[in-house]
Amino acid sequence: MKLEQLRTKLTYQTLLLGGFCLLGSALLSFGDVKTKDVIATRLAEDLKASLQQVIPAQYYDNDLLQDTVLINSETLVYLAKKDGKVNAVAFMVTTNSGYSGAIQSIIGIDKEGKILGTRVISHAETPGLGDKIEEAKSDWILSFNGHSLSDLVEAQWKVKKDGGVFDQFSGATITPRAVVGSVYQGLQFFKQHRDELLTNP
Amino acid sequence: MKLKLDPQILKNGLYDNNQAFVALLGLCPLLAVSNTVINSLGLGIATTFTLIASNLIISVLRNLIPNEIRLPLFVLIIACIVTIVELLMKAWFYELYKILGIFIPLIVTNCVILGRAEMFASKNPPEKAWQDGFAMGLGFTAALLLLGGMREILGTGMLFSHADLMFGEMAKNWQITVFKNYSGMLLAILPPGAFIGLGLLIALQNVLNEKFKS
Repeated sequence: MKLEQLRTKLTYQTLLLGGFCLLGSALLSFGDVKTKDVIATRLAEDLKASLQQVIPAQYYDNDLLQDTVLINSETLVYLAKKDGKVNAVAFMVTTNSGYSGAIQSIIGIDKEGKILGTRVISHAETPGLGDKIEEAKSDWILSFNGHSLSDLVEAQWKVKKDGGVFDQFSGATITPRAVVGSVYQGLQFFKQHRDELLTNP
Repeated sequence: MKLKLDPQILKNGLYDNNQAFVALLGLCPLLAVSNTVINSLGLGIATTFTLIASNLIISVLRNLIPNEIRLPLFVLIIACIVTIVELLMKAWFYELYKILGIFIPLIVTNCVILGRAEMFASKNPPEKAWQDGFAMGLGFTAALLLLGGMREILGTGMLFSHADLMFGEMAKNWQITVFKNYSGMLLAILPPGAFIGLGLLIALQNVLNEKFKS
């Protein structure tokens, strides 16, 4: 039979469509297998780079990506250990009280409950106004360093406009307010689970 | 296959039938990503690659594909190519992937690609089809770059910032400060700026067309 006649047959069309699906899936599986390891390495590198920004290198001698503990079966805490003892921890905090969408940050806290560093990992705030929470745009995010629940009382964990100690940006108060709130929640989380985290073997 | 470009196909893709300015196709990724030159270039290259590959494959298979099921087959082929592009980008251009990430799967829905498959690749031999993909992709990239450059200069006063995401460490100092102490124009970076910019560029092309005619 000629191709022209064959093309109008239902069996031919069904088999062709099925054949292409099979071919497509085979191709995609091949691509997935070939890139899986490289992609996993990239993701790990990325996470490691974020962790290094919030916990200085002298605090640990272990592999942060390996030493983790899951709290409340939702928050993954990375443990920074030196000579086998937990020296600092890092974990992600997410807030939905930003201007648009969730703001995810990573926060590093030493064993005394002092902030070592914090960085915003992802957000969708207004470019040019709210995005000053990124370290690349402004050093505002560094103003948390060294603070803890004991050196500032609850009322001070706010932006200046609300009577606290942290700057807001001109034209954008909601974004920094949300970030200050999420860092404060992170510290509360650490306080609640401190013993559990520090005695981790 | 001879690597000779048909000037008519090239001119068609770049100017006469520019998919962004004339056909007004693929506007969603165009407007969303074109806030800096580097973002534009990244999406432009990914789109061009997808276009060449999809045009070539569809053209090779054009005689096998029955009319009745051509659209699901085109979409299947395009989706496969885009997924592979996404995997490659995630593996080797991870920083850029973080910025363009959500727009890469959207290339599947970019009507430029399905449009060229339907209009050109399914009716022409492979040696012409890949050229059409290349020319249309180049035209789309050029539109992205023009719009991206315009928005980046007006919005931030700079050009080629974050080039290191794409070209590595050596590109860190490619950034050009066009206006010193520029306070930025938020409108240009936000989505309305993209619409206004696109409108201005289309107007410019219309003016040029009038000039050529007379």
